[in-house]
Amino acid sequence: MSASRTPSKEILQWRDTIRERAVKAGLDFFEVIFEMVDYREMNELAALGGFPARYPHWRFGMEYDKLSKSYTYGLSKIYEMVINTDPCYAYLLTSNSLLDQKLVMTHVYGHSDFFKKNAYFAGTNRKMLDEMANHALKVRRHQEKFGIDTVEEFIDCCLSLDNLLDPHAGVIRREPLPVSEANRVEVAPVKIPTKSYLDRYVNPKEYIDAQKKQIEDSRVQDERFPNRPQRDILGFLLQHAPLKAWQQDCLEIVRNEALYYLPQGQTKIMNEGWASYWHSKLMTGGLLNDSEVIDFADVHSGTMATPPGGLNPYKVGIELFRDIEERWNKGQFGKDWDECDDYQSKGHWDKKLGKGRDKIFEVRRLYSDLTFIDEFLTEDFCRRQKLFSFGFNKRSQRYEIESLEFKKVKNQLLSQLTNFGQPVIEVIDANFRNRGELLLVHRFDGAELRPDYTQKTLSSIAKIWHRPVHLETLAEGKPIRVSCDGDGNFSEEDLEALLKVEHGPVKPG
Amino acid sequence: MSADDRRIFSMSGIKRNHSRFVDIVKGKIRANLKDFVSQGEMHGRQGGEIISIPVPSIDLPRFTYGVRERGGTGQGEGKPGDPISGAEGEEGDEPGQGKKAGGAPGEHDLEVDINIQELAQMLGEELKLPNIEPKGSKDITTKANKYTKVRQVGPQSLRHFKRTYREALKRQVASGIYDPRNPVIVPIKSDMRYRSWAEAPRPQTNAVILYMMDVSGSMGDEQKEIVRSTAFWIDTWLKHQYKGVQRRFIIHDASAREVDEETFFRTRENGGTLISTAYKLALDLVEKDYPSNDWNIYMFHFSDGDNWSNEDTKLCLELMTEKIFPITNQFAYGQVESRYGSGQFFKDLLEAFPDNERLVATRIAGREDIYDAIGRFFKAGH
Repeated sequence: MSASRTPSKEILQWRDTIRERAVKAGLDFFEVIFEMVDYREMNELAALGGFPARYPHWRFGMEYDKLSKSYTYGLSKIYEMVINTDPCYAYLLTSNSLLDQKLVMTHVYGHSDFFKKNAYFAGTNRKMLDEMANHALKVRRHQEKFGIDTVEEFIDCCLSLDNLLDPHAGVIRREPLPVSEANRVEVAPVKIPTKSYLDRYVNPKEYIDAQKKQIEDSRVQDERFPNRPQRDILGFLLQHAPLKAWQQDCLEIVRNEALYYLPQGQTKIMNEGWASYWHSKLMTGGLLNDSEVIDFADVHSGTMATPPGGLNPYKVGIELFRDIEERWNKGQFGKDWDECDDYQSKGHWDKKLGKGRDKIFEVRRLYSDLTFIDEFLTEDFCRRQKLFSFGFNKRSQRYEIESLEFKKVKNQLLSQLTNFGQPVIEVIDANFRNRGELLLVHRFDGAELRPDYTQKTLSSIAKIWHRPVHLETLAEGKPIRVSCDGDGNFSEEDLEALLKVEHGPVKPG
Repeated sequence: MSADDRRIFSMSGIKRNHSRFVDIVKGKIRANLKDFVSQGEMHGRQGGEIISIPVPSIDLPRFTYGVRERGGTGQGEGKPGDPISGAEGEEGDEPGQGKKAGGAPGEHDLEVDINIQELAQMLGEELKLPNIEPKGSKDITTKANKYTKVRQVGPQSLRHFKRTYREALKRQVASGIYDPRNPVIVPIKSDMRYRSWAEAPRPQTNAVILYMMDVSGSMGDEQKEIVRSTAFWIDTWLKHQYKGVQRRFIIHDASAREVDEETFFRTRENGGTLISTAYKLALDLVEKDYPSNDWNIYMFHFSDGDNWSNEDTKLCLELMTEKIFPITNQFAYGQVESRYGSGQFFKDLLEAFPDNERLVATRIAGREDIYDAIGRFFKAGH
């Protein structure tokens, strides 16, 4: 990093003040290294996801193109950027005013605290700066050896699968698949020990039969490969696809980076809400000059603005954190609160518990967006924040507000956050038709897949798997199986008709 | 390693990714060139200008929900049934922001800046246009000075720093006065090197292109558009291919007049059709400004082929035989299909000159045919 990126003395002094305040407020963060960059560098860094050294790929160039164009036309400006590493690197835009810098720094300390303490980030590599640089080196070497086009095409294939991850990979370490036949222990039905004359009552035949069936089922399942449906398709391919060493490298790189970014997608509302909560708290808690108040209000409300027909994660996040704080301060939770149906007393409910601050710290530690919304989005909040759900009205050919009803809105929001907004796809058979073909199933949840992308993605998988790949899903309400053979030819079968012939019943949903 | 790879490798950082991206986009444009050519929007553009053209966004396909399958959540005033403004817009930048239903990825076009000449060049590559080489030995060779040599004497302003430094360093090392710990290089007079020129013969071809366009009433707006598009692409490409080529523009209905480029590509007129007037005017221009000994002359004529009278057609054919063919390298006639026009002129031409190599006549069936028509024009050029 060049010396010119060191912030000015003034900013450094402010950083020290802010840091001190943040510590006092109870934030526990990775040290933050601030660097000054101009808009060009900022766009460059943003295009690369915040990392100065990443493997070469055209999509970073495309991102850069978009960012610099929209900056040139005055459509957008990136205020701040911070990456989840230890120490945290944060970038400040040189052209920003001192007030902006102060606000950004307070915001960044919020993020840094979140990175360090939130459970979903626990598994991320805090030395990602180095790892990304290593990735860059590897890919560059492979490209030099095998040609840019070859390597990039393969990476494109991998990237089109980078949403096929185990969403809990950050928090749960799953056992590798048991493969070997030898390890299997023969299981017999378990009888509850008892006196012999009681046996037929304690261990009735039905009970034993049920157990036998279960054992048999699991044996049948064990014979399949994989024996349990696999959500981590990237990981599955990495382990089992016939890949060359350099391809394995690339696939692993793509998966690593996708896993690294995964928690950020899972905690967008919380992360931004938390950082916004803290920039607002700290700034208005004595870091502002009189002359800066108006400007602060302007910038702050700018970040909180909700685009028409959408949700701003900053806004939803900060409001929800504030709501939680208030509720726990006033004791508006628990059995008493839930069971109280007196509107009057609910309105004046204040047990003066003062637990709000502790509660929000706990929330930021344990929750992801999905669980955050699920647990803390109340009907009251929904109404106050004027949340609504919308959908596409086929008759009027436009998007319309569908409902203001709490349940519907919440369900809609939750379904958007489930599996970080991506369809759930699993590998269920890697030896389909006993021909080494790969069978995937889309766990249907009410929304169909985009057909053209589905085909293209299938062909990407086929290129990696080197054998035909099939996907069972629903199209226009009918269960179908889309197949892609090795040469990129597609076919589609109606599963209902097939069901009579073939074994595998499809259970969507 | 291919040359392309090497170019990419030589770059670093975002520049490398960016030019890689630009290459891919250009590949896309190349693949969809036909569509761009049949679009009329580029008219009247000056060559060398940068234009923004929409390219279908390139995207990494993923398993993802269909465009309108999923609704979304929003915040703000409204009651059920109210339309959502902005929902059609770009999907939220922030992941987790709630997937606004909205346009599918891919519906959003990428705006790509591209030099229009570059586009024309692609057209050239794509069609594999044979370069129209000047026929005969009408070339005039001029001598051009190029600064490619190095001498020991010369003016200070042409000092060659690098070479001078190298000479001095060489001398100091050879004579043992070079000290690596204190690497001061002092050139003396004999070290001095200066840039100098060499004379290079440069063939100069003079070429003039005369565009003639029928703007008569029988040509509908669509026909005129097609003709303009065709002329535009030919013109852009030729301009690119031959620097300093002269171009003149003539429009005609029952009478012909010379116009500037701007007017040629924009004008709307109505009237009868006397093709001969255009040919006469073209010949006048040639006679006055472009003696055929010194100039390669190309003529392009676009019409719906609905000449006013048989007499005039006869006159045209006469003019061609006697005057036009002897002096031109190529005469190209493009006839656009028109509802009103008889298209007789095309038949007359083919009848009169069944296999005259100076004549290329082609019919342009419609917008989609522009691309192929251009190909036909130039393929027949030899």
